[in-house]
Amino acid sequence: MDRPVLNAEHIRARIEAALLGATVEIADTTGGGDHYRASVVAEAFEGKGPVERHRMVYAALGDEMRSGALHALELSTYSPAEWTRAGGSR
Amino acid sequence: MTDEFKSRIDGMVREKRIVVFMKGTPAMPMCGFSAAVVKALREAGAQDLSAHDVLSDPELRDGIKEYSSWPTIPQVYVDGKFVGGADIVRDLHRQGELSRLVAGS
Repeated sequence: MDRPVLNAEHIRARIEAALLGATVEIADTTGGGDHYRASVVAEAFEGKGPVERHRMVYAALGDEMRSGALHALELSTYSPAEWTRAGGSR
Repeated sequence: MTDEFKSRIDGMVREKRIVVFMKGTPAMPMCGFSAAVVKALREAGAQDLSAHDVLSDPELRDGIKEYSSWPTIPQVYVDGKFVGGADIVRDLHRQGELSRLVAGS
């Protein structure tokens, strides 16, 4: 198998660099390095709809997302208030 | 993206109230995420949806990503408006919002 272009830590670092103060929980869902599930908590999501939130995260990941190097990223986005209501801790 | 291609997709997203760009077909989805959105839409009451298989149309596979400013497949449109991909459809379904969207109320 080809070496994955983006590992979980790279993905986390990219998102955290793009969204100030974001917290990212990420899991490799298949162990193959190309399917991930991530929960992103960010102040910047406050007041924004789901499409815009996803676009912000996809933009942080740039070309890897479009090229298919990262085959699948299951994404859940929360503002800090939503995250607290969902029972999450930071 | 050429104007011609853009108007082709403009037409596609409006040919039915609910339009899905997916890998494979509703009867034979070729990707778990594509399967999941069709299942969620059906559960939400969508009976008549238009599905486009991007695997059989390479131009569409790339073009729809640019058209929607969205890097992944599947993509769902309702009433000509981009709703989202698999995660958003899943969340809307979980929240009970998807059936409202499908019903057009």
